[in-house]
Amino acid sequence: MNKLPIIIRREYLAKVRNKSFVIMTFLSPILMVGMVVLIAYLTKINDNQKRIIGVFNESDYFSNDFNPTESTSYVQFKDITLKQAKDSTTQMGYYGLLHIPHEDELEKVAEHAYFYTKEAPSTSVLDRLEDVFLDRLRERRLQDMGVSSKEFALMDKKYEINTATFDGEQNLKGINEIKAIIGGGFGYLIMMFIIIYGGFVMRSVIEEKTSRIIEVIISSVKPFELMMGKIIGTSLAGITQFAIWIVSASLLLMVAFAIFDIDPATLSNGADVTGMAGNMAPPVPTPNQTIQAYAQELYKIPWLMLICFFVVYFILGYLIYSSIYAAIGAAVDNETDTQQFIFPVILPLMLAIYVGFFSVFSNPHGPIAVGFSLFPLTSPIVMLMRLPGGIGEGGVPVWELVTSILLLIITFIGIVWLAAKIYRVGILMYGKKPSYKELFKWIKY
Amino acid sequence: MCFWNCVLKQFYIFGKIALMNNILVTKEVTKHFGNHVALNKVSLEIPKNSIYGLLGPNGAGKTTLIRIINQITYPDMGEVYFDGELLKPKHISTIGYLPEERGLYKGMKVGEQALYLAQLKGLTKVEAKKRLKYWFEKLEIGDWWNKKVQELSKGMAQKIQFIVTVLHEPKLLIFDEPFSGFDPINANIIKDEIINLKENGTSIIFSTHRMESVEELCEYIALIHQSEKLLDGKLADIKKTYKNNVFKVGLTADNVDELLPILSDKFNLIASEIDPKENHLDFTIQLPSNDSGEILSFLAKRSKIHQFVEIIPSANEIFIQTIQDKDANE
Repeated sequence: MNKLPIIIRREYLAKVRNKSFVIMTFLSPILMVGMVVLIAYLTKINDNQKRIIGVFNESDYFSNDFNPTESTSYVQFKDITLKQAKDSTTQMGYYGLLHIPHEDELEKVAEHAYFYTKEAPSTSVLDRLEDVFLDRLRERRLQDMGVSSKEFALMDKKYEINTATFDGEQNLKGINEIKAIIGGGFGYLIMMFIIIYGGFVMRSVIEEKTSRIIEVIISSVKPFELMMGKIIGTSLAGITQFAIWIVSASLLLMVAFAIFDIDPATLSNGADVTGMAGNMAPPVPTPNQTIQAYAQELYKIPWLMLICFFVVYFILGYLIYSSIYAAIGAAVDNETDTQQFIFPVILPLMLAIYVGFFSVFSNPHGPIAVGFSLFPLTSPIVMLMRLPGGIGEGGVPVWELVTSILLLIITFIGIVWLAAKIYRVGILMYGKKPSYKELFKWIKY
Repeated sequence: MCFWNCVLKQFYIFGKIALMNNILVTKEVTKHFGNHVALNKVSLEIPKNSIYGLLGPNGAGKTTLIRIINQITYPDMGEVYFDGELLKPKHISTIGYLPEERGLYKGMKVGEQALYLAQLKGLTKVEAKKRLKYWFEKLEIGDWWNKKVQELSKGMAQKIQFIVTVLHEPKLLIFDEPFSGFDPINANIIKDEIINLKENGTSIIFSTHRMESVEELCEYIALIHQSEKLLDGKLADIKKTYKNNVFKVGLTADNVDELLPILSDKFNLIASEIDPKENHLDFTIQLPSNDSGEILSFLAKRSKIHQFVEIIPSANEIFIQTIQDKDANE
């Protein structure tokens, strides 16, 4: 009789009924949504706060250069002394005072200009001020070389290269990054799932060891069955939790946005600022056409294929890692002893995420990206980052995908076999923390 | 030609009978862990419907042998036969095992947990529930069904564990140190249940180093020491071979002072104690054979015999002596 379903059922129920699991499941969405709402709210406040900078201009230059922007406005001081200007700046509570002294030449003016603030000024403010000076200086230097202001204005026009595929389709800037972010999202999900639920599997194994029930159970079922039942049961609990999170978080978000009257667009703008999307959106207001093109491009991402491969990589990757976690749990007596074994397990996961974000973004088909998407311990994450680009021409070559999955399957069989051996011996060993050498010996028992 | 065939057939039949009369037969079972030999060619025959004591000091290999019988590990060499057949995974549901290192899921409710463990042994949920109800009533623990194990005392949890072990009505029950963790009253309840099970036809293997329970319960024993079987057989037979014709005698005579030197002259006197006031003499004596006629008639003429008992070594003494002999030989 097959006892696997009985074991899966118990492991699932034991996990789902666990108090901390229930609390985590229902508290996390609230916390997460709370964080998002808080960030959005703070961003809103932040945007509303305007900086006022006093400008005390004694020179003949820069008379029209300080124009108010969304976050900064300028107050001009005239016919007073520098000390008075400073005093009134602090009195009025302005952010700072820019003093432009009277000199004969622009170069000298720039050299002697000072920006006074109460505390060290923020770099963004400095950048903006410096830009003003730089512009003028560049103009002056070019004039000295015989270029007129008009010519300078002409020269300063921005330029972006047009890109297209050989088929003549318009390529969109940053679409690779968007695709990698989508893939990266999937990869990140896999990593989080492995770390959280792999840990659960491990703790559950340790619990069976410390409560000494393990020998009772494996006199009824094979250790391998128990291990697999545990891994599957725990992952089902995890999937339940994720599903609850996604559903309740989206509901809560909607409710929260409705209550706080926050435009979700604020958030996506916020994402741009944090650099998550890099140069995805051009700084100039995006024409509707471009948005549509992006939407089209997103629509063209082979979602079905992506989800299919996500499932494949997810299952294989999760099984590999969680059986390693199970073996670690079996090898030790308590959780404090697990650290030395867990680090080498998390290492490839972290590597995959970082390598993925750094090299796949810039070049999805470069040698590093290819290598890491073939290596079985990193491929579930890195390959998923590459896949939104499609398979075949212009995307991931078919041979790479096939090799990657084959390698993953071989590794899966090998690792589960090894882990099961360590597990089988480890669960009956009490009292000492084994070394790697001993683990290796167990494989041969 | 016919003769050899007949002999072979005889052997075959004999072998078959040996397998059929025994619930469990191990043949030269050997198990290594790396360089360590855990079991070295251990052959045992465990008769049906008996209580079989598996004795030996810690680390002797008892638990390894039991784990092999439970198919938790597998022997490197040798075979195990269960009820006449080579031991297979299907036999798991006909064996019940109470390990020495035992416990329950602490956070799980008693009833649920018992049901789970019973289902793992192949019982259906309905059947398991029915039998659990019977046992819970029998051991008077019916109201624990919805309690969590962490709320129970150690002895209470052990009761549950015992029920779970026997619930699927196995042909062979294996108890590893069953009485550890029980208070004397509960230990007695469990002991009675074990005897009951035996009387209802279950074969029982009993691994322990508590010798008093061996004397009380076991019909057969095997002694395992340093991975090897040192001796096995019916406890009564083993005792017979281990007794040295030593007798303990108590008597009264008018002239005990004079009797003693004669006795020590004539027989191999081991110890003696005189109570001159009462004219009482106690002594231990070893005879050259088991024939006690000569000394009895000698004593009967000279004194009034109160007691005349043959001293039979206890299982504990046999245990210690065998191991000491073995160690001395090495």
